[in-house]
Amino acid sequence: MLDDFLVRALLGGIMVALVAGPLGCFVVWRRMAYFGDTMAHSGLLGVSIGLLLAVQPIIGVAVVVVLAALALFWLERFRWLASDTALGMLAHGSLAVGLVVAATVPGLRIDLMSYLFGDILAIGKGDLLWIGIGAIVALSVLALIWRDLLAATVQSDLAKAEGVPVARVRLIFALLVALLIAAAMKIVGILLVTALLIIPAATARRLSGSPEAMAVWAGLVGCVAVTGGLGLSLWLDSPSGPSIVLAAIVAFLLVLLVTTFRSKNAAA
Amino acid sequence: MTRTLTGLDAGADAGRLPADRRVLASAQALAVACDGRSVLSGVDMEIAAGEIVTIIGPNGSGKTTLVKALLGLVPVTRGSAGLADGTRIGYVPQRFAVDAVLPLSVNRLMTLTARADSAAIAAALDRVGVGHLRQADVARLSGGETQRVLLARALLRKPDLLVLDEPVQGVDFAGEAALYALIGELRDEMGLGVLMVSHDLHVVMAATDQVLCLNGHICCAGVPSDVSRHPEFLRLFGRQAAATLAVYRHEHDHDHGLHGEVVTDADHDHANHDHAGHDHTHDSHRH
Ligand SMILES: Nc1ncnc2c1ncn2[C@@H]1O[C@H](COP(=O)(O)OP(=O)(O)OP(=O)(O)O)[C@@H](O)[C@H]1O
Ligand SMILES: [Mg+2]
Repeated sequence: MLDDFLVRALLGGIMVALVAGPLGCFVVWRRMAYFGDTMAHSGLLGVSIGLLLAVQPIIGVAVVVVLAALALFWLERFRWLASDTALGMLAHGSLAVGLVVAATVPGLRIDLMSYLFGDILAIGKGDLLWIGIGAIVALSVLALIWRDLLAATVQSDLAKAEGVPVARVRLIFALLVALLIAAAMKIVGILLVTALLIIPAATARRLSGSPEAMAVWAGLVGCVAVTGGLGLSLWLDSPSGPSIVLAAIVAFLLVLLVTTFRSKNAAA
Repeated sequence: MTRTLTGLDAGADAGRLPADRRVLASAQALAVACDGRSVLSGVDMEIAAGEIVTIIGPNGSGKTTLVKALLGLVPVTRGSAGLADGTRIGYVPQRFAVDAVLPLSVNRLMTLTARADSAAIAAALDRVGVGHLRQADVARLSGGETQRVLLARALLRKPDLLVLDEPVQGVDFAGEAALYALIGELRDEMGLGVLMVSHDLHVVMAATDQVLCLNGHICCAGVPSDVSRHPEFLRLFGRQAAATLAVYRHEHDHDHGLHGEVVTDADHDHANHDHAGHDHTHDSHRH
């Protein structure tokens, strides 16, 4: 069954979406959409470095993205540097370095389009194993830090005063996002990674009354988007990454329509 | 004993120092600077179990900063500040807002930093008069409702020390008196310490054991009756107190003071005793 590239694509996509849902909720709650984007941009540098050192590109990506997350943590200390400015510099700076390296190192051939827009249909068995392990680890870690991270998100002073290790859980969260982005690059590509984090979460908000419910819904909406997007891409022969994002947007609009219609009816 | 808000028994047992006084938080020669500007300097203070200590002072005088330094939320520049080992904190910060992006019910907020069983949650909410809000969305609470819910949440943790930064901001008149009374009751019942920041001078004077009058440093400190006669206190608050009195004279029951606080008959009497006859020439709150 795993020999079928479609099955592999579906499995890989669903595993990534199940992690992206809950993590995306925190990205949305903490207003960190641009943070995800920045790490995704730095991913291309990771691809180049991975190929340069002849290791799996996904490992290069994971390392560079984690380093970018740490750099952002460090830059946050400089209060004269606005955080969106720091993010922008890091995003475009690392993207530029990545592109320059990719273009100038002789013999380095990068299929740029597949990294910018993803190539879920190219997921191999090895990738699937890595994505599976990563997903299980990420979800377990998230479950462990859930209460603390939520408390730090609601009011970080209050959480810290009452004993929550705020700095530690924030760092762990940033690393989880970094790793997810490394995995998701394969699915939807650098330019669309943030969409997989925030669209399912935004959709889930309309369906949920608690943070936990929103996390579960976001995971499910992500799965629907991956499945629908893959179907769309087969049917229209369209690129898979953008098709998945398109499916997510359609899901968002449908949920928005239905929930708005319902609450209007309830009010009437 | 029942503690009243009339000020008649202010400080009656304020000076009590049981032999087994258990210090919960303290600062020694504390200095805090933000961006190179000194916010606090030379602050010595202490709060023990069973005590209610209130910090008063003008806006920007460093009240919140002092509280945060004790809680380890801002870096200390010189001296030291902190909690005794194992002190369990219930904290109500000055600013708290949850926006609608996060679906958070009051019920879920109650267990934000620690688990609690359902009956305990209901009891804590009932105690501060917001039992009916249990399923409400935190983002949609009014200001006063938010304060009450935050107080309930802090209580639910069964703290040794309650740290309340302007706990009754936005709470209605009846509720304000009731919440201060509740804070007194909790202290009597559970023997917890209460460190509070407040602008309600009259209530503070009535319901507090120790007052710290802050303005970048400690201007004066002690039992309320002493502090209210201290020249530094009069310099900082004399004009406000006098203005409140002036407004009061035109009303029968109660009225709103300059800063929105409600002045009661009893409070008025109390203030009158303390401040009648002092001069009205105060140039500024800051010095
Ligand atoms: N994070 C910060 N960075 C720079 N300055 C700060 C910071 N926090 C507080 N300050 C400064 O420290 C001083 C004291 O602030 P603080 O919040 O402790 O005052 P406060 O007494 O609680 O005032 P209020 O009655 O308005 O709550 C203010 O002048 C403020 O500008
Ligand atoms: Mg303050």
